[in-house]
Amino acid sequence: MKIFIASYFLIVSCLGYYLFQDKELKESIERGKVIYTDFCITCHLETGEGVEFTFPPLANSDYLMNNREASIKGVKYGQRGELIVNGVTYNNTMMPLGLEDEEIADVMNYVLNSWGNSGAKMVTVEEVNSISR
Amino acid sequence: MKNSMKALFLFVVMTNLSCGQKTDNEINTPIETTFTAELLVDGLEIPWGMVFLPDGSLLITEKSGDIIRFKDGQKTTISNGPEVYYRGQGGLLDIELHPDYENTGWIYFSYSSEEGEDKGGNTAIMRAKLNDNSLVNKEILYKASPNTTKGQHFGSRLEFDNAGYLYFSIGERGERDINPQDITRDCGKIYRIHDDGRIPNDNPFVNDPNAKPAIFTYGNRNPQGMVKHPESGAIWIHEHGPQGGDEINIVEKGANYGWPVITYGINYSGTPITDLTEMEGMEQPIHYWVPSIAPSGMTFVTSDKYPGWKGNLLVGSLVFQYLERLELSGNEVTYREKLMEDIGRVRNVRQGPDGLIYVAVEGKGIYKLVPTE
Repeated sequence: MKIFIASYFLIVSCLGYYLFQDKELKESIERGKVIYTDFCITCHLETGEGVEFTFPPLANSDYLMNNREASIKGVKYGQRGELIVNGVTYNNTMMPLGLEDEEIADVMNYVLNSWGNSGAKMVTVEEVNSISR
Repeated sequence: MKNSMKALFLFVVMTNLSCGQKTDNEINTPIETTFTAELLVDGLEIPWGMVFLPDGSLLITEKSGDIIRFKDGQKTTISNGPEVYYRGQGGLLDIELHPDYENTGWIYFSYSSEEGEDKGGNTAIMRAKLNDNSLVNKEILYKASPNTTKGQHFGSRLEFDNAGYLYFSIGERGERDINPQDITRDCGKIYRIHDDGRIPNDNPFVNDPNAKPAIFTYGNRNPQGMVKHPESGAIWIHEHGPQGGDEINIVEKGANYGWPVITYGINYSGTPITDLTEMEGMEQPIHYWVPSIAPSGMTFVTSDKYPGWKGNLLVGSLVFQYLERLELSGNEVTYREKLMEDIGRVRNVRQGPDGLIYVAVEGKGIYKLVPTE
């Protein structure tokens, strides 16, 4: 019985934590969408498809999924030089956007959970904060 | 049945055509180039604006806020520039000299500024003088309000007309349904002021107590090209449309250019903004681009350095990464040609005092177009 009660509380608290995270992520994604529409959409387009050979796609992007830190860094400090996304080489410049760390976390969460991207751990303000040049 | 199949086929093809606005089929590629592009100034990020000083040096504004003086192959950074609100499309933007620079020494800047109470920024106009590679006598002549944290559409280009009035553009700051059609609000406008910031008595809306009196035209979206016509003296602008519908317009006192009530463009999502392209009381552009070339910078060729170019308009394309040459018959565009194909995002173009064309490319620098013998 003791074990049952203990495991019951454990499960409830885990579930609570999980659901709370979920809500937090949902809200972050929603704020991220606003940032995306404001700062990113002109090049990466409405559904993240980008422009082949010019602006790399964010939708179903292997680069994003495999290079989490470099992706956050790119949004934070700008991106320059060659990178390969879904087999296509891009060599362009994205200037730093002037976003605050919270906004970077939000827009990353939106992108990492849209257009076929999923499963990534939630990006937090602390994580963005910890990434330096 | 056959007919309906044909109709279906036509429908599918037309749908594909109308969706696939990725290439520009109406522009020509020259058979032979009559110039070589020499990289004059290298190592620049986003060279937004440039002017030539009487001593032959080139003053370049970088979006990041740096002001660079280029002379005899050397770059010097000018200190004490405007404090910019660096966010999204905002930063240090255009630069222009006073028409009587030799005597007055005034240099004009447009940039995004945090000045004011509310969070965010908006476009400001400053004038200052150059003293030992530092800016002095800084005066803010105009600051649009309210501030906003939105990243889009600051404008901004500067140009003087023959009467000595200063014109500048401010984009609608991402508030298309609030700003451009409302003359009591800043943004989505072309402005006209005296060289010291005073409002001209004959500006179109000075008698409306609620209007912003510096406004000269409204219903603009985001103009990033502005140049005085070499013969008529009229101020020509171009402005970014949404997806499709970039425009060239001639600035006329009090005119409404229609954004967002009428446009040849659509939303980035592909959904329509409006199905209207014209309306009484709103100006038609003299030219519009579908698909958008994302125009930035504009100049008239007035020199004889390049065969067949005199009187042509040159416009930078950010998206297609070329310099566009437009031949005109009066106010009508009769021929379009792409130059410097795939050079990079062309931010600005100017004719120098030597009659040569100088082209600013993002991530590269300033190219000088040297005519081939």
